[in-house]
Amino acid sequence: MFPTPIEKTSRSWQITYQTLIPIVLIIWLLPLIAVAVFSMKPLADFSNGNYWGLPSTFEGFANYGKVFFESDMPRYLLNSVFITVPTVIGAVALSAMTGFALGVYKFKGNLLIFFMFIAGNFVPFQILMVPVRDLTLDLGLYDTKTGLVLFHIAFQTGFCTLFMRNFIRALPFPLIEAARVEGVAEWRIFLFVVLPLMKPALAALSVLIFTFIWNDYFWAIVLTQGPDSQPVTAGITSFNSQFVAQYHLMSAGSIVAALPPVAMFFLMQKHFIAGLTLGAVK
Amino acid sequence: MTTTQTRSWYKRNEIAITPWLFLLPGLFFFAMYVIIPIFQSFWISLYEWNGLGKLSEEGEWVGLGNYERLLGGDRKFETSFWNNLKWLVLYLLAIPMGLGISLFLNQQVRGIRLYKSLFFFPFVISQVVVGLVFSWFYLPREGLLNAILSWFGSDGVNILGDPATATYGIIAAGLWPQTAYCMILYLTGLNSVDPEQVEAARLDGAKGHRMLWHVILPQLKPATFIAFVVTIIGALRSFDLISVMTNGGPFGSTRVLSFYMFEESLSEYGFQMGYGAAIAVILFLIMLVFIGYFLWSMYQDEKGAR
Repeated sequence: MFPTPIEKTSRSWQITYQTLIPIVLIIWLLPLIAVAVFSMKPLADFSNGNYWGLPSTFEGFANYGKVFFESDMPRYLLNSVFITVPTVIGAVALSAMTGFALGVYKFKGNLLIFFMFIAGNFVPFQILMVPVRDLTLDLGLYDTKTGLVLFHIAFQTGFCTLFMRNFIRALPFPLIEAARVEGVAEWRIFLFVVLPLMKPALAALSVLIFTFIWNDYFWAIVLTQGPDSQPVTAGITSFNSQFVAQYHLMSAGSIVAALPPVAMFFLMQKHFIAGLTLGAVK
Repeated sequence: MTTTQTRSWYKRNEIAITPWLFLLPGLFFFAMYVIIPIFQSFWISLYEWNGLGKLSEEGEWVGLGNYERLLGGDRKFETSFWNNLKWLVLYLLAIPMGLGISLFLNQQVRGIRLYKSLFFFPFVISQVVVGLVFSWFYLPREGLLNAILSWFGSDGVNILGDPATATYGIIAAGLWPQTAYCMILYLTGLNSVDPEQVEAARLDGAKGHRMLWHVILPQLKPATFIAFVVTIIGALRSFDLISVMTNGGPFGSTRVLSFYMFEESLSEYGFQMGYGAAIAVILFLIMLVFIGYFLWSMYQDEKGAR
Protein backbone atom coordinates (compact mmCIF):
# COMPACT_ATOMS: atom_id res chain seq x y z
CA MET A 1 0.00 0.00 0.00
CA PHE A 2 1.13 3.49 -0.79
CA PRO A 3 1.07 5.87 0.99
CA THR A 4 1.85 4.15 4.30
CA PRO A 5 -1.38 2.77 5.79
CA ILE A 6 -2.71 5.06 8.45
CA GLU A 7 -2.89 2.20 11.00
CA LYS A 8 0.91 1.98 10.96
CA THR A 9 1.53 5.65 11.70
CA SER A 10 1.60 7.63 14.93
CA ARG A 11 -1.58 8.10 16.93
CA SER A 12 -1.48 11.87 16.52
CA TRP A 13 -1.29 11.69 12.71
CA GLN A 14 -4.14 9.21 12.73
CA ILE A 15 -6.33 11.67 14.59
CA THR A 16 -5.22 14.57 12.40
CA TYR A 17 -6.05 12.55 9.29
CA GLN A 18 -9.49 11.58 10.57
CA THR A 19 -10.39 15.21 11.23
CA LEU A 20 -8.75 16.45 8.04
CA ILE A 21 -10.85 14.34 5.66
CA PRO A 22 -14.25 15.90 6.40
CA ILE A 23 -12.74 19.40 6.36
CA VAL A 24 -11.13 18.89 2.96
CA LEU A 25 -14.36 17.36 1.68
CA ILE A 26 -16.39 20.37 2.75
CA ILE A 27 -13.95 22.75 1.04
CA TRP A 28 -14.06 20.56 -2.07
CA LEU A 29 -17.85 20.61 -2.25
CA LEU A 30 -18.24 24.22 -1.08
CA PRO A 31 -19.74 25.65 -4.31
CA LEU A 32 -22.31 22.86 -4.30
CA ILE A 33 -23.14 23.25 -0.63
CA ALA A 34 -23.68 26.94 -1.29
CA VAL A 35 -26.24 26.13 -3.97
CA ALA A 36 -27.98 23.61 -1.73
CA VAL A 37 -28.29 26.26 0.99
CA PHE A 38 -29.57 28.81 -1.56
CA SER A 39 -32.27 26.40 -2.69
CA MET A 40 -33.80 26.30 0.80
CA LYS A 41 -33.94 30.03 1.43
CA PRO A 42 -36.95 32.33 1.07
CA LEU A 43 -36.84 35.20 -1.42
CA ALA A 44 -36.80 37.68 1.48
CA ASP A 45 -33.29 36.59 2.47
CA PHE A 46 -31.94 37.74 -0.86
CA SER A 47 -33.61 41.13 -0.77
CA ASN A 48 -32.41 41.67 2.81
CA GLY A 49 -28.84 40.80 1.87
CA ASN A 50 -28.83 37.70 4.08
CA TYR A 51 -26.94 35.64 1.51
CA TRP A 52 -24.76 33.52 3.75
CA GLY A 53 -26.50 33.47 7.07
CA LEU A 54 -28.85 30.65 7.97
CA PRO A 55 -32.17 30.74 6.10
CA SER A 56 -34.58 32.95 8.05
CA THR A 57 -37.33 30.44 7.30
CA PHE A 58 -37.01 27.02 5.73
CA GLU A 59 -38.58 27.23 2.28
CA GLY A 60 -37.18 24.06 0.75
CA PHE A 61 -40.57 22.51 0.06
CA ALA A 62 -42.04 25.69 -1.38
CA ASN A 63 -39.03 26.25 -3.67
CA TYR A 64 -38.88 22.71 -4.99
CA GLY A 65 -42.66 22.65 -5.26
CA LYS A 66 -42.49 25.69 -7.54
CA VAL A 67 -39.91 23.92 -9.71
CA PHE A 68 -42.18 20.93 -10.15
CA PHE A 69 -45.58 22.58 -10.40
CA GLU A 70 -45.06 26.08 -11.78
CA SER A 71 -42.49 25.63 -14.50
CA ASP A 72 -41.75 23.50 -17.56
CA MET A 73 -39.18 21.55 -15.57
CA PRO A 74 -41.17 18.28 -15.41
CA ARG A 75 -41.53 18.31 -19.21
CA TYR A 76 -37.82 18.85 -19.68
CA LEU A 77 -37.07 16.05 -17.23
CA LEU A 78 -39.39 13.72 -19.09
CA ASN A 79 -37.77 14.67 -22.40
CA SER A 80 -34.39 13.84 -20.90
CA VAL A 81 -35.66 10.39 -19.93
CA PHE A 82 -37.09 9.77 -23.40
CA ILE A 83 -33.81 10.83 -24.98
CA THR A 84 -31.47 9.05 -22.59
CA VAL A 85 -33.09 5.64 -22.23
CA PRO A 86 -33.47 4.81 -25.96
CA THR A 87 -29.90 6.02 -26.55
CA VAL A 88 -28.56 3.72 -23.86
CA ILE A 89 -30.42 0.73 -25.31
CA GLY A 90 -29.44 1.54 -28.89
CA ALA A 91 -25.78 2.25 -28.28
CA VAL A 92 -25.28 -0.76 -26.02
CA ALA A 93 -27.02 -3.09 -28.48
CA LEU A 94 -25.07 -1.86 -31.52
CA SER A 95 -21.75 -1.93 -29.74
CA ALA A 96 -22.28 -5.38 -28.25
CA MET A 97 -22.44 -6.55 -31.87
CA THR A 98 -19.53 -4.49 -33.20
CA GLY A 99 -17.48 -5.37 -30.14
CA PHE A 100 -18.20 -9.05 -30.71
CA ALA A 101 -17.21 -8.84 -34.38
CA LEU A 102 -13.95 -7.00 -33.62
CA GLY A 103 -13.07 -8.95 -30.50
CA VAL A 104 -13.63 -12.50 -31.69
CA TYR A 105 -12.86 -12.64 -35.42
CA LYS A 106 -9.59 -12.21 -37.24
CA PHE A 107 -10.13 -10.57 -40.60
CA LYS A 108 -8.53 -8.01 -42.81
CA GLY A 109 -9.33 -4.47 -41.72
CA ASN A 110 -10.28 -5.49 -38.19
CA LEU A 111 -7.79 -3.19 -36.50
CA LEU A 112 -8.48 -0.44 -39.02
CA ILE A 113 -12.21 -0.42 -38.26
CA PHE A 114 -11.50 -0.59 -34.54
CA PHE A 115 -9.20 2.43 -34.72
CA MET A 116 -11.73 4.28 -36.82
CA PHE A 117 -14.28 3.87 -34.03
CA ILE A 118 -11.77 5.12 -31.46
CA ALA A 119 -10.68 8.09 -33.56
CA GLY A 120 -14.26 9.10 -34.34
CA ASN A 121 -14.98 9.13 -30.64
CA PHE A 122 -12.30 11.78 -30.04
CA VAL A 123 -13.22 14.32 -32.72
CA PRO A 124 -14.49 17.76 -31.69
CA PHE A 125 -18.28 18.02 -31.93
CA GLN A 126 -18.02 21.15 -34.03
CA ILE A 127 -16.65 19.32 -37.05
CA LEU A 128 -19.87 17.26 -37.11
CA MET A 129 -22.23 20.06 -36.25
CA VAL A 130 -23.22 21.58 -39.61
CA PRO A 131 -23.57 18.29 -41.56
CA VAL A 132 -25.40 16.50 -38.73
CA ARG A 133 -27.80 19.40 -38.37
CA ASP A 134 -28.45 19.32 -42.12
CA LEU A 135 -28.93 15.57 -42.10
CA THR A 136 -31.40 15.87 -39.23
CA LEU A 137 -33.26 18.64 -41.06
CA ASP A 138 -33.37 16.55 -44.25
CA LEU A 139 -34.77 13.58 -42.35
CA GLY A 140 -37.48 15.85 -40.96
CA LEU A 141 -36.23 15.13 -37.45
CA TYR A 142 -35.06 18.60 -36.43
CA ASP A 143 -36.45 19.56 -33.02
CA THR A 144 -37.54 16.01 -32.24
CA LYS A 145 -36.30 13.63 -29.59
CA THR A 146 -35.79 10.96 -32.27
CA GLY A 147 -33.33 13.15 -34.16
CA LEU A 148 -31.27 13.64 -31.03
CA VAL A 149 -31.45 9.95 -30.09
CA LEU A 150 -30.26 8.77 -33.51
CA PHE A 151 -27.22 11.02 -33.40
CA HIS A 152 -26.37 10.07 -29.81
CA ILE A 153 -26.61 6.35 -30.60
CA ALA A 154 -24.28 6.75 -33.55
CA PHE A 155 -21.70 8.82 -31.71
CA GLN A 156 -21.69 6.74 -28.52
CA THR A 157 -21.20 3.58 -30.57
CA GLY A 158 -17.56 4.67 -30.97
CA PHE A 159 -16.76 4.72 -27.28
CA CYS A 160 -18.92 1.67 -26.55
CA THR A 161 -17.21 -0.37 -29.25
CA LEU A 162 -13.81 0.38 -27.73
CA PHE A 163 -15.12 -0.75 -24.38
CA MET A 164 -16.95 -3.88 -25.57
CA ARG A 165 -14.18 -5.09 -27.85
CA ASN A 166 -11.57 -4.86 -25.10
CA PHE A 167 -13.90 -6.59 -22.69
CA ILE A 168 -14.60 -9.45 -25.10
CA ARG A 169 -10.89 -9.75 -25.83
CA ALA A 170 -10.32 -10.55 -22.15
CA LEU A 171 -12.91 -13.37 -22.11
CA PRO A 172 -11.60 -16.95 -22.26
CA PHE A 173 -11.42 -17.73 -25.97
CA PRO A 174 -11.46 -21.55 -25.55
CA LEU A 175 -15.10 -21.22 -24.56
CA ILE A 176 -15.95 -19.95 -28.04
CA GLU A 177 -13.79 -22.58 -29.69
CA ALA A 178 -15.48 -25.32 -27.70
CA ALA A 179 -18.87 -24.08 -28.87
CA ARG A 180 -17.65 -24.05 -32.47
CA VAL A 181 -16.43 -27.64 -32.20
CA GLU A 182 -19.91 -28.54 -30.98
CA GLY A 183 -21.23 -27.05 -34.22
CA VAL A 184 -23.05 -24.12 -32.63
CA ALA A 185 -23.90 -21.41 -35.16
CA GLU A 186 -21.94 -18.18 -34.80
CA TRP A 187 -24.94 -15.98 -33.98
CA ARG A 188 -25.93 -18.47 -31.30
CA ILE A 189 -22.43 -18.25 -29.84
CA PHE A 190 -22.96 -14.49 -29.58
CA LEU A 191 -26.37 -14.85 -28.00
CA PHE A 192 -25.82 -17.76 -25.65
CA VAL A 193 -22.09 -17.88 -24.93
CA VAL A 194 -20.68 -14.37 -25.16
CA LEU A 195 -23.64 -12.16 -24.22
CA PRO A 196 -24.23 -13.75 -20.78
CA LEU A 197 -20.55 -13.23 -19.97
CA MET A 198 -20.82 -9.57 -20.94
CA LYS A 199 -23.29 -8.61 -18.24
CA PRO A 200 -20.76 -6.54 -16.24
CA ALA A 201 -19.76 -4.64 -19.38
CA LEU A 202 -23.39 -4.05 -20.36
CA ALA A 203 -24.18 -2.71 -16.89
CA ALA A 204 -21.10 -0.49 -16.76
CA LEU A 205 -21.74 0.98 -20.20
CA SER A 206 -25.42 1.58 -19.48
CA VAL A 207 -24.73 3.75 -16.45
CA LEU A 208 -21.91 5.60 -18.17
CA ILE A 209 -23.90 6.36 -21.31
CA PHE A 210 -26.89 7.35 -19.20
CA THR A 211 -24.76 9.97 -17.45
CA PHE A 212 -23.06 11.21 -20.63
CA ILE A 213 -26.31 11.65 -22.52
CA TRP A 214 -28.26 13.10 -19.62
CA ASN A 215 -25.55 15.73 -19.22
CA ASP A 216 -25.23 16.57 -22.91
CA TYR A 217 -25.84 20.21 -23.67
CA PHE A 218 -24.21 20.99 -26.99
CA TRP A 219 -26.28 18.66 -29.19
CA ALA A 220 -29.42 19.55 -27.30
CA ILE A 221 -29.11 23.18 -28.36
CA VAL A 222 -27.97 22.31 -31.90
CA LEU A 223 -30.71 19.82 -32.74
CA THR A 224 -33.69 20.91 -30.63
CA GLN A 225 -35.44 24.02 -29.38
CA GLY A 226 -38.34 24.56 -27.02
CA PRO A 227 -39.99 22.46 -24.31
CA ASP A 228 -41.43 19.87 -26.72
CA SER A 229 -38.15 18.10 -27.19
CA GLN A 230 -35.35 19.82 -25.28
CA PRO A 231 -33.75 17.89 -22.44
CA VAL A 232 -33.29 19.35 -19.00
CA THR A 233 -29.73 20.63 -19.53
CA ALA A 234 -31.02 22.98 -22.22
CA GLY A 235 -34.29 23.55 -20.42
CA ILE A 236 -32.54 24.89 -17.34
CA THR A 237 -31.46 27.99 -19.26
CA SER A 238 -35.03 28.88 -20.17
CA PHE A 239 -36.05 28.02 -16.63
CA ASN A 240 -33.47 30.53 -15.42
CA SER A 241 -34.77 33.23 -17.73
CA GLN A 242 -38.27 32.59 -16.33
CA PHE A 243 -36.97 33.22 -12.79
CA VAL A 244 -34.24 35.78 -13.40
CA ALA A 245 -32.24 36.64 -10.28
CA GLN A 246 -34.45 34.47 -8.06
CA TYR A 247 -31.51 32.51 -6.85
CA HIS A 248 -33.50 30.30 -4.53
CA LEU A 249 -35.55 28.94 -7.45
CA MET A 250 -32.68 28.74 -9.92
CA SER A 251 -30.67 26.77 -7.36
CA ALA A 252 -33.52 24.38 -6.73
CA GLY A 253 -33.95 23.92 -10.50
CA SER A 254 -30.28 23.13 -11.00
CA ILE A 255 -30.29 20.58 -8.24
CA VAL A 256 -33.32 18.86 -9.74
CA ALA A 257 -31.65 18.80 -13.17
CA ALA A 258 -28.44 17.35 -11.75
CA LEU A 259 -30.02 14.73 -9.54
CA PRO A 260 -30.85 11.75 -11.83
CA PRO A 261 -27.25 10.98 -12.86
CA VAL A 262 -26.16 11.48 -9.26
CA ALA A 263 -28.76 8.97 -8.10
CA MET A 264 -27.66 6.61 -10.88
CA PHE A 265 -24.06 6.94 -9.77
CA PHE A 266 -24.76 6.18 -6.12
CA LEU A 267 -26.98 3.22 -6.96
CA MET A 268 -24.63 1.67 -9.51
CA GLN A 269 -21.32 2.92 -8.17
CA LYS A 270 -19.37 -0.28 -8.71
CA HIS A 271 -20.35 -0.55 -12.38
CA PHE A 272 -19.89 3.15 -12.99
CA ILE A 273 -16.32 3.17 -11.73
CA ALA A 274 -15.49 -0.11 -13.44
CA GLY A 275 -16.58 1.47 -16.71
CA LEU A 276 -14.80 4.74 -16.21
CA THR A 277 -11.48 3.25 -15.20
CA LEU A 278 -11.32 0.56 -17.86
CA GLY A 279 -7.74 0.50 -19.07
CA ALA A 280 -6.41 2.37 -16.04
CA VAL A 281 -5.02 -0.96 -14.84
CA LYS A 282 -3.12 -3.44 -16.94
CA MET B 1 -33.08 -26.53 -53.54
CA THR B 2 -31.92 -22.90 -53.56
CA THR B 3 -32.40 -22.62 -49.83
CA THR B 4 -30.13 -25.55 -49.15
CA GLN B 5 -27.62 -24.06 -51.58
CA THR B 6 -27.63 -20.64 -49.93
CA ARG B 7 -27.51 -22.20 -46.51
CA SER B 8 -24.54 -24.33 -47.42
CA TRP B 9 -22.78 -21.36 -49.01
CA TYR B 10 -23.40 -19.38 -45.83
CA LYS B 11 -22.31 -22.36 -43.72
CA ARG B 12 -19.07 -22.69 -45.62
CA ASN B 13 -18.25 -18.99 -45.24
CA GLU B 14 -19.85 -18.49 -41.85
CA ILE B 15 -16.69 -17.40 -40.04
CA ALA B 16 -15.82 -14.90 -42.76
CA ILE B 17 -19.29 -13.37 -43.11
CA THR B 18 -20.51 -13.23 -39.53
CA PRO B 19 -18.26 -10.38 -38.36
CA TRP B 20 -19.44 -8.18 -41.22
CA LEU B 21 -23.09 -8.90 -40.46
CA PHE B 22 -22.48 -7.94 -36.85
CA LEU B 23 -20.58 -4.81 -37.83
CA LEU B 24 -23.09 -3.61 -40.40
CA PRO B 25 -25.62 -1.70 -38.25
CA GLY B 26 -22.98 -0.06 -36.08
CA LEU B 27 -20.79 0.88 -39.02
CA PHE B 28 -23.76 2.27 -40.92
CA PHE B 29 -24.77 4.60 -38.10
CA PHE B 30 -21.22 5.61 -37.32
CA ALA B 31 -20.42 6.36 -40.95
CA MET B 32 -23.58 8.35 -41.47
CA TYR B 33 -23.34 10.53 -38.37
CA VAL B 34 -19.59 10.72 -37.71
CA ILE B 35 -17.25 9.70 -40.51
CA ILE B 36 -19.02 11.23 -43.51
CA PRO B 37 -19.84 14.53 -41.72
CA ILE B 38 -16.12 15.07 -41.05
CA PHE B 39 -15.45 15.11 -44.79
CA GLN B 40 -18.57 17.16 -45.47
CA SER B 41 -17.33 19.82 -43.06
CA PHE B 42 -14.06 20.05 -44.98
CA TRP B 43 -16.10 20.55 -48.16
CA ILE B 44 -18.50 23.11 -46.65
CA SER B 45 -15.52 25.12 -45.35
CA LEU B 46 -14.67 25.94 -48.97
CA TYR B 47 -17.99 27.73 -49.48
CA GLU B 48 -19.72 30.81 -48.28
CA TRP B 49 -23.10 29.49 -47.23
CA ASN B 50 -25.82 30.63 -44.85
CA GLY B 51 -27.18 27.15 -44.27
CA LEU B 52 -30.42 27.74 -46.13
CA GLY B 53 -31.17 25.68 -49.22
CA LYS B 54 -28.77 23.24 -50.82
CA LEU B 55 -25.05 23.92 -50.57
CA SER B 56 -24.60 23.30 -54.29
CA GLU B 57 -27.28 25.85 -55.24
CA GLU B 58 -27.16 28.53 -52.57
CA GLY B 59 -23.54 28.26 -51.50
CA GLU B 60 -20.85 30.34 -53.14
CA TRP B 61 -17.53 28.65 -53.83
CA VAL B 62 -14.70 30.61 -52.22
CA GLY B 63 -11.95 28.02 -52.15
CA LEU B 64 -9.56 28.74 -49.32
CA GLY B 65 -11.10 32.17 -48.81
CA ASN B 66 -12.52 31.33 -45.39
CA TYR B 67 -9.10 30.19 -44.17
CA GLU B 68 -7.42 33.32 -45.51
CA ARG B 69 -9.93 35.40 -43.62
CA LEU B 70 -9.43 33.35 -40.44
CA LEU B 71 -5.65 33.33 -40.41
CA GLY B 72 -5.29 36.78 -41.92
CA GLY B 73 -6.07 38.79 -38.81
CA ASP B 74 -9.46 37.74 -37.46
CA ARG B 75 -9.11 39.08 -33.90
CA LYS B 76 -11.86 36.84 -32.55
CA PHE B 77 -10.09 33.82 -33.95
CA GLU B 78 -6.80 34.84 -32.36
CA THR B 79 -8.42 35.31 -28.94
CA SER B 80 -10.13 31.94 -29.26
CA PHE B 81 -6.92 30.21 -30.27
CA TRP B 82 -4.91 31.61 -27.34
CA ASN B 83 -7.70 30.76 -24.95
CA ASN B 84 -7.65 27.21 -26.27
CA LEU B 85 -3.94 27.04 -25.45
CA LYS B 86 -4.61 28.32 -21.93
CA TRP B 87 -7.26 25.64 -21.53
CA LEU B 88 -4.91 22.93 -22.77
CA VAL B 89 -2.07 23.85 -20.43
CA LEU B 90 -4.05 24.68 -17.31
CA TYR B 91 -6.48 21.80 -17.69
CA LEU B 92 -3.56 19.41 -17.36
CA LEU B 93 -3.29 20.54 -13.73
CA ALA B 94 -6.20 18.16 -13.14
CA ILE B 95 -3.74 15.26 -13.41
CA PRO B 96 -1.38 16.16 -10.52
CA MET B 97 -4.31 17.46 -8.48
CA GLY B 98 -6.22 14.24 -9.02
CA LEU B 99 -3.12 12.25 -8.08
CA GLY B 100 -2.75 14.33 -4.92
CA ILE B 101 -6.32 13.72 -3.78
CA SER B 102 -6.12 10.03 -4.60
CA LEU B 103 -2.97 9.68 -2.48
CA PHE B 104 -4.72 11.53 0.31
CA LEU B 105 -7.73 9.20 0.13
CA ASN B 106 -5.95 5.89 -0.47
CA GLN B 107 -6.43 4.66 3.10
CA GLN B 108 -8.65 2.20 4.84
CA VAL B 109 -10.42 4.10 7.56
CA ARG B 110 -14.10 3.99 8.48
CA GLY B 111 -16.35 5.56 5.87
CA ILE B 112 -13.59 6.05 3.33
CA ARG B 113 -15.74 4.59 0.56
CA LEU B 114 -18.34 7.27 1.09
CA TYR B 115 -15.65 9.95 1.16
CA LYS B 116 -14.26 8.72 -2.15
CA SER B 117 -17.72 8.83 -3.75
CA LEU B 118 -18.39 12.31 -2.45
CA PHE B 119 -15.05 13.54 -3.77
CA PHE B 120 -15.92 12.05 -7.15
CA PHE B 121 -19.38 13.63 -7.11
CA PRO B 122 -18.61 16.77 -9.21
CA PHE B 123 -17.84 14.60 -12.24
CA VAL B 124 -21.35 13.15 -12.33
CA ILE B 125 -23.06 16.54 -12.44
CA SER B 126 -23.68 18.04 -15.87
CA GLN B 127 -21.29 20.77 -16.95
CA VAL B 128 -24.24 23.12 -17.32
CA VAL B 129 -24.99 22.81 -13.62
CA VAL B 130 -21.29 23.04 -12.73
CA GLY B 131 -21.20 26.27 -14.74
CA LEU B 132 -24.23 27.68 -12.98
CA VAL B 133 -22.92 26.64 -9.57
CA PHE B 134 -19.61 28.35 -10.17
CA SER B 135 -21.07 31.49 -11.70
CA TRP B 136 -23.14 31.93 -8.54
CA PHE B 137 -20.10 31.13 -6.43
CA TYR B 138 -18.24 33.97 -8.20
CA LEU B 139 -21.08 36.54 -7.99
CA PRO B 140 -19.67 39.88 -6.85
CA ARG B 141 -22.36 40.62 -4.26
CA GLU B 142 -24.15 37.37 -3.44
CA GLY B 143 -21.35 34.91 -4.15
CA LEU B 144 -19.71 32.80 -1.47
CA LEU B 145 -16.21 33.43 -2.83
CA ASN B 146 -16.38 37.13 -2.06
CA ALA B 147 -17.99 36.45 1.31
CA ILE B 148 -14.95 34.34 2.18
CA LEU B 149 -12.50 36.84 0.71
CA SER B 150 -14.02 39.65 2.75
CA TRP B 151 -13.04 37.82 5.97
CA PHE B 152 -9.48 38.28 4.82
CA GLY B 153 -10.05 41.96 4.14
CA SER B 154 -10.34 41.79 0.36
CA ASP B 155 -12.72 44.26 -1.32
CA GLY B 156 -14.15 41.57 -3.51
CA VAL B 157 -13.46 40.57 -7.07
CA ASN B 158 -15.68 40.15 -10.09
CA ILE B 159 -13.96 37.20 -11.70
CA LEU B 160 -16.34 36.61 -14.60
CA GLY B 161 -16.87 40.32 -15.23
CA ASP B 162 -13.21 41.12 -15.78
CA PRO B 163 -11.71 40.13 -19.16
CA ALA B 164 -8.35 39.55 -17.47
CA THR B 165 -9.66 36.85 -15.12
CA ALA B 166 -12.81 35.46 -16.74
CA THR B 167 -11.16 32.63 -18.69
CA TYR B 168 -9.22 31.50 -15.62
CA GLY B 169 -12.43 31.51 -13.61
CA ILE B 170 -14.07 29.20 -16.15
CA ILE B 171 -11.03 26.91 -16.33
CA ALA B 172 -11.09 26.62 -12.52
CA ALA B 173 -14.72 25.53 -12.75
CA GLY B 174 -13.75 22.96 -15.40
CA LEU B 175 -10.89 21.66 -13.28
CA TRP B 176 -13.32 20.73 -10.55
CA PRO B 177 -15.00 17.75 -12.30
CA GLN B 178 -11.87 16.92 -14.29
CA THR B 179 -9.78 16.56 -11.12
CA ALA B 180 -12.44 14.23 -9.75
CA TYR B 181 -12.14 12.11 -12.89
CA CYS B 182 -8.35 11.89 -12.66
CA MET B 183 -8.66 11.08 -8.97
CA ILE B 184 -10.84 8.05 -9.63
CA LEU B 185 -8.45 6.83 -12.33
CA TYR B 186 -5.51 7.06 -9.93
CA LEU B 187 -7.44 5.46 -7.06
CA THR B 188 -8.07 2.45 -9.26
CA GLY B 189 -4.44 2.46 -10.34
CA LEU B 190 -3.17 2.67 -6.76
CA ASN B 191 -5.36 -0.27 -5.87
CA SER B 192 -3.43 -2.49 -8.21
CA VAL B 193 0.07 -1.33 -7.32
CA ASP B 194 2.15 -4.40 -6.52
CA PRO B 195 2.45 -4.50 -2.68
CA GLU B 196 5.57 -6.67 -2.81
CA GLN B 197 7.47 -4.08 -4.81
CA VAL B 198 6.41 -1.40 -2.37
CA GLU B 199 7.59 -3.49 0.59
CA ALA B 200 10.87 -4.30 -1.13
CA ALA B 201 11.48 -0.62 -1.86
CA ARG B 202 10.60 0.22 1.73
CA LEU B 203 13.21 -2.26 2.98
CA ASP B 204 15.71 -0.50 0.73
CA GLY B 205 14.89 2.70 2.56
CA ALA B 206 12.79 4.39 -0.12
CA LYS B 207 9.97 6.57 1.11
CA GLY B 208 8.02 9.75 0.48
CA HIS B 209 8.45 11.42 -2.88
CA ARG B 210 11.34 9.17 -3.92
CA MET B 211 9.11 6.14 -3.49
CA LEU B 212 6.32 7.93 -5.37
CA TRP B 213 8.54 8.93 -8.26
CA HIS B 214 10.59 5.74 -8.74
CA VAL B 215 8.26 2.96 -7.62
CA ILE B 216 4.64 4.11 -7.68
CA LEU B 217 4.37 6.40 -10.70
CA PRO B 218 5.89 3.90 -13.16
CA GLN B 219 3.19 1.45 -12.12
CA LEU B 220 0.52 4.11 -12.58
CA LYS B 221 1.49 4.70 -16.20
CA PRO B 222 -1.71 3.29 -17.74
CA ALA B 223 -3.81 5.50 -15.45
CA THR B 224 -1.70 8.54 -16.35
CA PHE B 225 -2.11 7.84 -20.04
CA ILE B 226 -5.90 7.70 -19.79
CA ALA B 227 -5.98 10.78 -17.56
CA PHE B 228 -3.90 12.58 -20.20
CA VAL B 229 -6.20 11.49 -23.04
CA VAL B 230 -9.44 12.48 -21.35
CA THR B 231 -8.04 15.78 -20.08
CA ILE B 232 -6.74 16.88 -23.49
CA ILE B 233 -10.01 15.94 -25.16
CA GLY B 234 -11.96 17.67 -22.41
CA ALA B 235 -9.90 20.85 -22.73
CA LEU B 236 -10.45 21.09 -26.47
CA ARG B 237 -14.14 20.26 -26.14
CA SER B 238 -14.84 22.97 -23.57
CA PHE B 239 -18.07 24.61 -24.63
CA ASP B 240 -20.84 24.13 -22.07
CA LEU B 241 -19.09 26.02 -19.29
CA ILE B 242 -18.28 29.00 -21.49
CA SER B 243 -21.76 29.08 -22.95
CA VAL B 244 -23.39 28.99 -19.51
CA MET B 245 -20.98 31.14 -17.49
CA THR B 246 -20.10 34.05 -19.77
CA ASN B 247 -21.52 33.30 -23.22
CA GLY B 248 -18.13 34.24 -24.63
CA GLY B 249 -17.93 37.59 -22.83
CA PRO B 250 -16.95 39.95 -21.35
CA PHE B 251 -16.01 41.62 -24.64
CA GLY B 252 -15.47 38.22 -26.23
CA SER B 253 -12.54 37.51 -23.94
CA THR B 254 -13.55 33.95 -23.04
CA ARG B 255 -14.23 32.57 -26.52
CA VAL B 256 -12.53 29.35 -27.53
CA LEU B 257 -12.57 27.79 -30.99
CA SER B 258 -15.48 25.46 -30.25
CA PHE B 259 -17.56 28.35 -28.96
CA TYR B 260 -16.55 30.76 -31.73
CA MET B 261 -17.48 28.15 -34.32
CA PHE B 262 -20.95 27.79 -32.79
CA GLU B 263 -21.36 31.53 -32.61
CA GLU B 264 -20.48 32.05 -36.28
CA SER B 265 -22.73 29.31 -37.60
CA LEU B 266 -25.76 29.16 -35.33
CA SER B 267 -26.27 32.21 -33.16
CA GLU B 268 -27.75 35.65 -33.48
CA TYR B 269 -24.54 36.80 -35.16
CA GLY B 270 -25.66 35.05 -38.30
CA PHE B 271 -25.57 31.74 -40.06
CA GLN B 272 -22.09 31.67 -41.55
CA MET B 273 -21.89 27.91 -42.00
CA GLY B 274 -18.90 27.98 -44.33
CA TYR B 275 -16.85 30.18 -42.05
CA GLY B 276 -17.92 28.12 -39.04
CA ALA B 277 -16.91 24.92 -40.79
CA ALA B 278 -13.46 26.40 -41.45
CA ILE B 279 -13.04 27.10 -37.72
CA ALA B 280 -14.18 23.54 -36.98
CA VAL B 281 -11.63 22.16 -39.44
CA ILE B 282 -8.82 24.02 -37.70
CA LEU B 283 -9.97 22.76 -34.30
CA PHE B 284 -10.16 19.27 -35.79
CA LEU B 285 -6.59 19.52 -37.13
CA ILE B 286 -5.33 20.56 -33.69
CA MET B 287 -7.16 17.62 -32.17
CA LEU B 288 -5.81 15.32 -34.89
CA VAL B 289 -2.26 15.79 -33.59
CA PHE B 290 -3.35 14.37 -30.25
CA ILE B 291 -5.62 11.71 -31.76
CA GLY B 292 -2.68 10.54 -33.86
CA TYR B 293 -0.51 10.26 -30.77
CA PHE B 294 -3.19 8.38 -28.80
CA LEU B 295 -3.83 5.93 -31.61
CA TRP B 296 -0.10 5.37 -32.08
CA SER B 297 0.29 4.55 -28.37
CA MET B 298 -2.67 2.19 -28.46
CA TYR B 299 -1.29 0.55 -31.60
CA GLN B 300 2.00 -0.13 -29.81
CA ASP B 301 0.01 -1.83 -27.04
CA GLU B 302 -1.97 -3.89 -29.54
CA LYS B 303 1.22 -5.10 -31.21
CA GLY B 304 2.59 -6.03 -27.79
CA ALA B 305 -0.55 -8.04 -27.03
CA ARG B 306 -0.24 -10.27 -30.06
